[in-house]
Amino acid sequence: MKALCWQGVNELSVEQVPDPAILNAQDAIVKVTASTTCGSDLHLLGGYIPAMRAGDVIGHEFIGEIVEVGPEVNRHRAGDRVVVCSIIGCGRCWACRHDEWSLCENSNPKPGITDLMWGGTTAGIFGYSHAMGGFRGSHAEYIRVPFVDYNAFTVPEGVSDIDALFASDAAPTGWMGAELGGVKPGDVVAVWGCGAVGQMAARAAMLLGAERVIAIDRYPERLAMTARHVGCEVIDYTSTDVTAELRERTGGRGPDVCVEAVGMEADSTGMQRVYDGVKQQLRLEQDRPIAVREAIHACRKGGSVFVLGVFAGFVDKFPLGALMNKGLTLRGAQQHGQRYIPKLLDRIGKGDLKTSYLATHTMSLDEGPKGYDMFKHKKDGCVRAVFRPWA
Amino acid sequence: MKRLVAGAAVLAAAGLGMARWAASRGRVPSPAKDPLEAGRWLGVTINRPPDEVAPSGHLPEPLARVDAEVRMNKAPGDRGTELYARPRQHRAGADGVFARLRGEDPRTVVRTALRETKSLLETGDVLRSDEEIGTTRPTVPGKVLDMALGRASEGGRL
Repeated sequence: MKALCWQGVNELSVEQVPDPAILNAQDAIVKVTASTTCGSDLHLLGGYIPAMRAGDVIGHEFIGEIVEVGPEVNRHRAGDRVVVCSIIGCGRCWACRHDEWSLCENSNPKPGITDLMWGGTTAGIFGYSHAMGGFRGSHAEYIRVPFVDYNAFTVPEGVSDIDALFASDAAPTGWMGAELGGVKPGDVVAVWGCGAVGQMAARAAMLLGAERVIAIDRYPERLAMTARHVGCEVIDYTSTDVTAELRERTGGRGPDVCVEAVGMEADSTGMQRVYDGVKQQLRLEQDRPIAVREAIHACRKGGSVFVLGVFAGFVDKFPLGALMNKGLTLRGAQQHGQRYIPKLLDRIGKGDLKTSYLATHTMSLDEGPKGYDMFKHKKDGCVRAVFRPWA
Repeated sequence: MKRLVAGAAVLAAAGLGMARWAASRGRVPSPAKDPLEAGRWLGVTINRPPDEVAPSGHLPEPLARVDAEVRMNKAPGDRGTELYARPRQHRAGADGVFARLRGEDPRTVVRTALRETKSLLETGDVLRSDEEIGTTRPTVPGKVLDMALGRASEGGRL
């Protein structure tokens, strides 16, 4: 079959690879009908995520049709149109039973790597390195889905493929940031990053009752898209001091909840970007935590900061003093998607949550390298490139 | 620039392999250097009650086939069962080094058995990686990474 493969730092190619197969009795094979780029893929492309091999199939946010199920699959059958969570959960360990699916204890067959890096084993993820289990990604004609009864969700009639596609990752990730960040009615919420996840976090904050939501980015088209489709306030960080601007808009307090949706390759104006960029290239720090630092400084005393952006390792100049002395709560997680996907599909069906506008560019799988080039460099206002392997 | 970054990635991968090796040594030290560590229990918490973990005192298959002492108790906070095991025999010195390289270190064997036991009891299966039907091609950095990945399924926090 055809698949988009990582070949090295900033090198992708479309290759013929062996078809996936049922390896466990609870597996299914899904024919991928749409699969989208994600900002976290850029960390793989840039070589910042360890344990990638030349030839690995990437992609983790997808929708498709089940074409084959293993003998112990009970809730799905061939022909089901499903959206699949990017995070693989077993559904029965203590973490999954407590809706902390990205902490699943049975879905990563390579636990030694994350244990070494983080002192604990996390869930498997599709197309996200051998550290996350060595599972193939979704930028392919077919994909194997382990524990399919727990990780695939039937898409309701009336919800289009492109609408449902973002229920795989961007929408539940954003929702989690707002919900676990503790957003409640009357709050002021700031979201760093106006990519798909940031926009979904901003929309989730509004649906959870936030009185004001302010999203921060530097790309005019993303700021305009956020203002238009999410309906929140925006700040262009290249034209102002974000912390001062937030104080001015919040009576001097700062936001109640700050959601960071940027990750390890954050940009900024000024010397901070140069400092972190040099240290990251020399591997003296693995991640650039620029937006996290700013969120901690901007957050009101006693407020909450949620880290949604992907980080891999160690960072420098982390403002622990501000965190401690301001009495902040800091949380983070890979998405616990299975916790949110059913109700998000319901909201999408009712029109509460719009997602299809995020698919700014739709193309064939053969155009995968071009799609990632556009996505990475924000060419032509690309927010998400969506690949249709069978179109 | 691309070569510089690629070189850095190779070094990072090599570093990962070395760190994995060092960590492996740290977790499975020679009994002569750290007798306490060598006798330490390896444990997993299984989200099942004790009577399902060892019905009528029968150990689950992955643990039953390894030479280990085993004990268990109810986990606090309704978390199921804490299952512990430790090998009856230790391999020290050069023999221990070669055993680790071959994946035959007794503590590694017990660690793997505990992990498989937990997965079987909770899910009825032990999940396999897609690596079994590979899409990758051989590269120099890949070879370095393989050294780390070859042992990665045996690790995990136990």
